[in-house]
Amino acid sequence: MIIELTVNGEPVTARITNPGSLLDLLRDELGLPGSKNACEQGECGSCSVIFDGELVCSCLVMAADAADSSVVTVEGVSPDDGLHPIQEAMHRAGAVQCGFCTPGIVVAAVDLFSRNSRPSSTQIKEALAGNICRCTGYGAIIRALETVAMGAET
Amino acid sequence: MHPNSIDEALAEMGDGAIPLAGGTDLMVEVNFGHVRPERVIGLRRVADLHEWDGPKIGAGVTWRRIETHGPKALAEAARTVGSPQIRNAGTIGGNLGTASPAGDGHPFLAAVDASIELTSAASRRTVAWREFFTGVKETVRRPDELITAVHLPAELPEKQCFGKIGIRNAMVIATVCAVVTRADDGKTTVALGSVAPTPVRATGAETMMSSIANPTSSDLAEFQRLVSDEVRPITDHRSTEEYRRHGAGVLTRRLLERCLA
Amino acid sequence: MTTETPPRIRVPEGGVGESPLRPDGVPKLRGEFDYAQDLSAEGMLWAATVRSPHARARIVSVDLAAALAIGGVHACLTADDVPGRATFGLEHPDQPVLAGDEARYWGEPVAVVAAEDPDTARRAAAAIEVRYEPLDALTDPEEADRRDEVFRRLGIRRGDQALRGSVVVQGEYEVGMQDQAPLGTEAGLAIPDGQGGVDLYATSQYVHVDHEQVVASLGLRPEQVRAHPTGIGGAFGAREDVNLHIHLCLLALHTGRPVKMVYQRSESFTGHVHRHPAWLSYRHEADETGRLVRVEARVVIDGGAYASTTSAVLANACYFAVGPYRCESVSVDGVGARTNNPPCGAMRGFGAVQVCFGYEAQMDRLAVALGMDPLDLRELNALGTGDAMPTTGQIIDTPLPTIDVIRSLQAMPLPEPATGLHHSELPGGSGLTTETHQVRRGVGYALGIKNLGFSEGSDDYAQARVRLTSNGAVVETAAIEVGQGLVTVLAQIARSALGISHVEVAHVDTSKIDSAGSTSASRQTQLSGGATLEAATRLRQRVLAHHEGDQLDDQGLWKGDDLLVTWADLGDGSWEETVTFRHPPTTGPDENGQGVIHADFAVAGHRAVVDVDTELGLVKVVRVDTAQDVGRALNPQSVQGQIEGGILQGVGLAVMEELVMKDGVILNPTFTDYLLPTILDAPDVEALLIEREGSWGPFGAKGVGESPTISSTAAIAAAIRAASGRELNRVPIRPQDVALE
Repeated sequence: MIIELTVNGEPVTARITNPGSLLDLLRDELGLPGSKNACEQGECGSCSVIFDGELVCSCLVMAADAADSSVVTVEGVSPDDGLHPIQEAMHRAGAVQCGFCTPGIVVAAVDLFSRNSRPSSTQIKEALAGNICRCTGYGAIIRALETVAMGAET
Repeated sequence: MHPNSIDEALAEMGDGAIPLAGGTDLMVEVNFGHVRPERVIGLRRVADLHEWDGPKIGAGVTWRRIETHGPKALAEAARTVGSPQIRNAGTIGGNLGTASPAGDGHPFLAAVDASIELTSAASRRTVAWREFFTGVKETVRRPDELITAVHLPAELPEKQCFGKIGIRNAMVIATVCAVVTRADDGKTTVALGSVAPTPVRATGAETMMSSIANPTSSDLAEFQRLVSDEVRPITDHRSTEEYRRHGAGVLTRRLLERCLA
Repeated sequence: MTTETPPRIRVPEGGVGESPLRPDGVPKLRGEFDYAQDLSAEGMLWAATVRSPHARARIVSVDLAAALAIGGVHACLTADDVPGRATFGLEHPDQPVLAGDEARYWGEPVAVVAAEDPDTARRAAAAIEVRYEPLDALTDPEEADRRDEVFRRLGIRRGDQALRGSVVVQGEYEVGMQDQAPLGTEAGLAIPDGQGGVDLYATSQYVHVDHEQVVASLGLRPEQVRAHPTGIGGAFGAREDVNLHIHLCLLALHTGRPVKMVYQRSESFTGHVHRHPAWLSYRHEADETGRLVRVEARVVIDGGAYASTTSAVLANACYFAVGPYRCESVSVDGVGARTNNPPCGAMRGFGAVQVCFGYEAQMDRLAVALGMDPLDLRELNALGTGDAMPTTGQIIDTPLPTIDVIRSLQAMPLPEPATGLHHSELPGGSGLTTETHQVRRGVGYALGIKNLGFSEGSDDYAQARVRLTSNGAVVETAAIEVGQGLVTVLAQIARSALGISHVEVAHVDTSKIDSAGSTSASRQTQLSGGATLEAATRLRQRVLAHHEGDQLDDQGLWKGDDLLVTWADLGDGSWEETVTFRHPPTTGPDENGQGVIHADFAVAGHRAVVDVDTELGLVKVVRVDTAQDVGRALNPQSVQGQIEGGILQGVGLAVMEELVMKDGVILNPTFTDYLLPTILDAPDVEALLIEREGSWGPFGAKGVGESPTISSTAAIAAAIRAASGRELNRVPIRPQDVALE
């Protein structure tokens, strides 16, 4: 079947041939490999996207069900050049090691700050509770986002 | 298929068509290759299913909305469902369809004696929670029926508390979860998940506690013991029967203490 | 009298001691970094693996007909299709590329297929009919020991074996099977070159050893295979062994097409080695002043079906079985058992983690028996520079600031007791199980010691090349960046050695440079860093001497105030230096386990603060503070990152991570049931980096990756014991262990 949707602000037409997920569609058909597959079951958040305004795991959205919806991925959050302030804060804080969780965390953080520009540390942690990182121990990620919350990043 | 109304959705049911709401259960099966659905009925955009009219909660209402607007103990349960990503997509109806014994929202429905509305093209029926769940991941829903709403009683006990024991602090399947309610007249209900194939009520403990206006600490200890005895948990790779019994008793006692405070 | 002032190096930006931003940070943040998962090639096929559903079975027959009949299937290969060496292995090539006559563990690869797309590949794999005759599986390592099914036995005897102490403590301890669980699963792409050779891009920690094994099993000449460093989503030991590498190359050469494979999460759990579960029996004896007189230990680890690195892990466990303490009389017996459980191998900490849980529990028990403060007992016996390793007798000639570690931890202020906490800070979290008054706080300490680099006489080296380019320099290496920040620190070392800021690191394949060895054993900063430092230093000397200059900087080569040569001229590619760096030699053990076994050592200590709901057995790890012996922190932010990440893996082993096995089958190979710590489980961490000169690493640096995992688990266990009064002889500690008798 053919579906139409909006991805990162652009209208997109996609052909779906099997009951795969939106994550598969993004990575394999739409040339957007930023979202990662690490568990296929919504337990790690590395496939996080903003779907019709809500943060979801794209591995749990059936591709066909994304028809007529709007999807924002890490590629859409990133400016044409350089880094979004949240990405910049993470870069400076050393919050990126292997980087596999990073796109999901960036998207989850963007979603958090779009709803709450000054989250407390507890709110930051609760918002990122669905994103697993195996490398950093989360310390640098928390420090990065606390910096953004304090408005120290321009 | 993308029906726009419940009627359109119902017209598609049958012939192996699988309803899909948030995808948080079905898509896991698809991703693992356990299920290859040929026909899927997408319910996400069926507006009627999102309606929330006081005690009638549409099946398509997400845990995210319930977290913010639900009755206290149901909102508390909603906050423990999966992760923010899961709560934005997962629905109360979807989790009822899956009927996992560990479903975080189910003890609340049992504790307040909620019922579940099932609709087919030909009929609509409302089934008490007790009849709805028949076994591990089994319900009375017929293949041509959709879960369309949850009906809570018009009045809910003011004191209602939820608790869930899990091995880590987020994104965890309940080892034991429970809701305890206490009405002004002392009527106490105790419902638990993960300690039996379906959500259960600890009726012995309920009867005992409902007739005591001012429970003493030995009453509470007896209540705990009764709950532990009544539940039928198993040992699996997540926990042991012994711990679940112990946890069920301790947790419900604490929830009752909170209701009494 | 003439004095020659050596040319001073101008301090460039981004040199050692700073924390420059990582060069791959921007692409990773933008989602543009190429992981092995993201690679593709024109005409690419997809592969899938058929795995044994039995822990042990005779393979009676393999019928490919139904699979080959599926449209879009290009190849189905079995053991008969392996042209070269039938087996592979990191230390001993004992593991079949594809199981032939017998499957020896649940999940062992039996066949591989290549097809047009992943779905067809999986369907083809499912259509292959394998007839098995299940056999009795050996799953008990003690039984394996009795039957002499062992990969290695190691005996260590040092000192007067008749010596005894007046205060004796005995204990039995167990460490469950942890998994590395890197977020990026196994993935790779093999591209045939049309001339009988192949280029391999696959997740790895050690491309040269992959290369060796691919060459051997494919029966090719070394120059026909190139193994390329590839973007990888974490490793922690899971990527040292070959898993899909040979399969991909076999399929690529058989089909003449590029072949890609990505393991899904459950397959990843099955498809790589795990941390060895361990069973430890200890007897500690001290005199009445607390001086450790004798330690006896029996160490059993379950290596599973194939050797992997069991021999080296066992060695580490035995050599570090006493911990960072002096002890006159030592007896250790170690067994690396061979069973039909899934194979175990390298995981961060490599044997030293398991024994630390045992010996630190023992030290706490000994302190109680002596009526001594547990830190005083440790300080009294602390191992330091100039002492002999209690097990091997090796004299420690590197800084080993054990006493400083202890005192630093003691000096760190403890947090205020918990009052009125938000549920996210209480045990049980959003589950609302616990109120503040239902919590007991416990504090526990532990020390750990680990070797750095490979040991027992292994020829451990790394090659690096530094070349001048038109605007600076490039460091070429085959060393793998797994996220730890090697790519940043090698550039820093070259900057400080050359005196220039514009330095990049290029990852090159096996045909372009010699081995850098494995990214493991906390060795890359010291070895590849050492090679880089020497290459950059020599190159600078040569180029200055050639032009009779005295200074290099970002503009060019100077003599005094005269710019003699610009980079445009210097950087014509002709100036390069390649160095193979080796650490001081080590020896194998003699018949008593004695020898100069290790290349370097690092000590660290952890202090854990936990809040325990003792009635429900739920734990919140509040803080884990640490003092770590780092030699010299070349990139303090990266070191902090290694510490926080390693500590959280220690938290995982302490309270939530375990692969549950039954009859050789893993019951929980998913993230639903193999629980990794989330952000809400992460403790606060304060880290004190103890820097001392004297190690042979570049600028005195010591590897830092493993120390955070060695004693963090033991400290958390000690804290939970303090809060609950329970003995807790096993990790991970489960709620029932604390709550029930």
